[in-house]
Amino acid sequence: MKTLIITIFLFLTLVSANFAQIVVSADGPISSLSEAIELADHGAHIVVESGTYRESQILITKKVTLTGVDLPVIDGNQSGNIFVVRADSVVIDGFKIQNTGRSYIRDYAAVLIEGVSDFEIKHNQIDNVFFGIYLAETKRGLVTNNTIHSYDLREASSGNGIYLWSVEDPVITHNTVSGMRDGIYLEFATNAQIYDNISNHNNRYGLHYMFSNGGRYDRNQLRQNGAGVAVMYSDDVDMTNNRFEHNWGSSAYGLLIKDIRNSTISGNRFYRNTVAIYSEGSTNVDIHGNDIELNGWAVNIKSNSARNRFTDNNFIENSLDVRTDSPRNNNFFDGNYWSHYEGYDLEGDGIGDVPYRPVSLFSMIIERQPESLILLRSMFIRLLDSAERIMPVLTPKTLMDENPKMQRISRIL
Amino acid sequence: MKLLTHIVKNEWKSLLRGKWVIGYGLIFLLLTDSLLRFGGGGAETLLSISNVMLLFIPLVGMIYGILYIYQSKEFVELLLTQPINRRVLYWGLYLGIATPLMSAFIIGAALPLAWHNILLLDGSSAALVLGLGGILTLIFVALGFVLGLFFYDDRIKGFGFTIVIWLFLAILYDGLILLMVFAFGNYPLDRFVIIVSMLNPIDLARILVMLEFDISALMGYTGAVFNRFFGSNLGILVSGGMLAIWLALPSWIGLRVFNKKDF
Amino acid sequence: MIEVEELKKSFGNLQVLKGMNLSIPSGQATGIVGPNGAGKTTLIKTLLGLVKPDSGTIRVMDTTLNGDWLYRKYIGYMPQVARYPENMKVHELLDFIKGLRDQEAVYEEELIDQFNLKPELNKPLRTLSGGNRQKVGATLAMMFNPEILFFDEPTAGLDPRSSHKFKQRVQSEKENGKTVIITSHIMSELEQLVDHVIFILDGKIRYYGSMQQLLDQSKEERLEAAIARMMESDDEVSA
Repeated sequence: MKTLIITIFLFLTLVSANFAQIVVSADGPISSLSEAIELADHGAHIVVESGTYRESQILITKKVTLTGVDLPVIDGNQSGNIFVVRADSVVIDGFKIQNTGRSYIRDYAAVLIEGVSDFEIKHNQIDNVFFGIYLAETKRGLVTNNTIHSYDLREASSGNGIYLWSVEDPVITHNTVSGMRDGIYLEFATNAQIYDNISNHNNRYGLHYMFSNGGRYDRNQLRQNGAGVAVMYSDDVDMTNNRFEHNWGSSAYGLLIKDIRNSTISGNRFYRNTVAIYSEGSTNVDIHGNDIELNGWAVNIKSNSARNRFTDNNFIENSLDVRTDSPRNNNFFDGNYWSHYEGYDLEGDGIGDVPYRPVSLFSMIIERQPESLILLRSMFIRLLDSAERIMPVLTPKTLMDENPKMQRISRIL
Repeated sequence: MKLLTHIVKNEWKSLLRGKWVIGYGLIFLLLTDSLLRFGGGGAETLLSISNVMLLFIPLVGMIYGILYIYQSKEFVELLLTQPINRRVLYWGLYLGIATPLMSAFIIGAALPLAWHNILLLDGSSAALVLGLGGILTLIFVALGFVLGLFFYDDRIKGFGFTIVIWLFLAILYDGLILLMVFAFGNYPLDRFVIIVSMLNPIDLARILVMLEFDISALMGYTGAVFNRFFGSNLGILVSGGMLAIWLALPSWIGLRVFNKKDF
Repeated sequence: MIEVEELKKSFGNLQVLKGMNLSIPSGQATGIVGPNGAGKTTLIKTLLGLVKPDSGTIRVMDTTLNGDWLYRKYIGYMPQVARYPENMKVHELLDFIKGLRDQEAVYEEELIDQFNLKPELNKPLRTLSGGNRQKVGATLAMMFNPEILFFDEPTAGLDPRSSHKFKQRVQSEKENGKTVIITSHIMSELEQLVDHVIFILDGKIRYYGSMQQLLDQSKEERLEAAIARMMESDDEVSA
């Protein structure tokens, strides 16, 4: 009996030790996060009271849940990483994390997660950092509702907001990233789920895929980034319902796709970008049901792109519709709405009776003499374009939409 | 000032009664409304209006100005024998006929934009297009006035020049720019094409439309002069300033001719 | 009242006024005659300020003309061709001119009665007959009671009754001491209306003096004949 009581007592103390809450506060007995983690057992819940904690290289090597109360500030004092996660299933929730170190050799991050799985990084405000959230060789894991902002306007010396390197199945949602080099950068990531993020005003790309296959990015807002969004050397990516807006510059694109295959671009809105969609060496990509409005060029497709299908898109008042560098055409345009279409529909079936040729003579003139851009929308140019459309001589003969819609395609929301 | 408004008011009254101006406004009303009704969004409609505006307002404005001079010769001469200053009479007649035409365009196009809610959604773009149409009206009515006063007794010549000037400014001018660009393609031409475009009021208005709707395309061009001009407020300021000069120039020339003329 | 010295005007190479001197005292009724192209219209337009002289001076009511316009408040002018904005109503035209002149239209009612314009007041000017338009012109010229009245071929489009009424009216203006200047091709009309004649030939004043004197000199009964004789004698001189 006595032994039984002792056994139960021991068991209870063990349990309570395991699931104990450790409280960190600036003026309490435990005043540093590193100390709390040191004391904590596997699975412990560490509650951090509000206040400012000047700490960096906070090494997490056991499964813990870190929760901030009223956004405590973790200030890395411009040295090293701030959180380094090296255990599975760690949760970091509700901190203001600021001032990482900066280096030309090491990628210091507000939160560095290496070689682990199933973490949750959420509701943090990350400010003035080199890299924001850095995932390396992780599996699964969730990064959600974080805000990342920094102030270095130079592309070379700024880091990425959310950086994924060699990861599997990451979920990145509802984050807001600005003022970084790339807002969200995926290298060798597989099956990433990137939803509902806002990535604006970054120095290079709002979202950047390299060698990252599978997965989907959906409902993200990607606005006013230095070079827009780039998806390169990646296959089977679904790009849906995003907003690519206001990406301006001589090498800025709403969406740049380079050497990608078998992907889908649909339901997106491209608005006021210098080039809405730029394609180089991409094959078998479905560009379907997008609204492409008021961009400089709606599509710039290099001749090494093939078997891409542009269907059911609305091309609305783009300064120029399609640009290409070859008289041959290996891509397919069908059933789009082109606001520049001047044809007629005698049959009344909602489809224009004459094909639309989206490559205008003027866009080829600009190619040769870029200064002539100043003549955009000139009556003289419109006459030239109309003549060329009736009797194509210089523009690609086979690049045309045989079934141009007469009316803007409405989208059911 | 009282005299000026008296003359302007009188012109308004007799023009409105002429219904011609109202018809002109109605054309823009129907055009805008049908553009909006048949599937066009705000930007699409505004760009269509600006295409029509850039082409036809100069022609209509000039013909209207010159026609007024030709049709009102005797009346103008009668007015000149009244004890009023020629300057006041000139401004009264000019503003009296130019402002109704301007208002007809602006009101005609603005009403459908208002009831299709575009004024709220794309207010600044709409204001720009309508404002430019208004300014072009003023400029080209003044040009018509000048031509009418210049070829006071030779209508055929007057109308001939009107058509030629319109063809030149609205269409051929840009063709010449393109020709120059190709002829001197090996030289840096940014500055040249900007300056040359600034000399034609229709191109000026077109450039301001571009700055509103095509800035994303303009930013794709790598030339430094272009980028400085279009990428900052410089483009808007310079184009706006030049347009103001264009607004002042023909009406001022008209005034000089009117002041010196033997009727 | 009206003084003209060495007035010259040419249009291009065509010299229209070749140095005119003229003095028309107040209260005098003067007819200006001369063949087409002699310079009658140019002289009147110059006096009205419609045409600017190349050289010479003009004084009207003690104002030397030099781009002035205020002196025209002393002048009423009835043009030869009466064309007005088509959609304007008669009373609107009268109101418009009243607004321009800022003078009391003392004879407005009287003239409207005299010329039977009352039923026309609410009609647009385009619907008026030529005669009625002439009468509107006459009303405009006289309603402000100006010191000087210019009539350019005033009775050309008038029916005999209106013409008679018009002449009566001019007669009474004359009696009231107004300076009246009329150009007309109808010499008999001038005989009734004026007492002085300016005969212009080839840009110069060939004769200026009282009509009676002219008739006496030429021993002719009628003005027409006297003028014709003067032109013939000129031809003989030049031949």
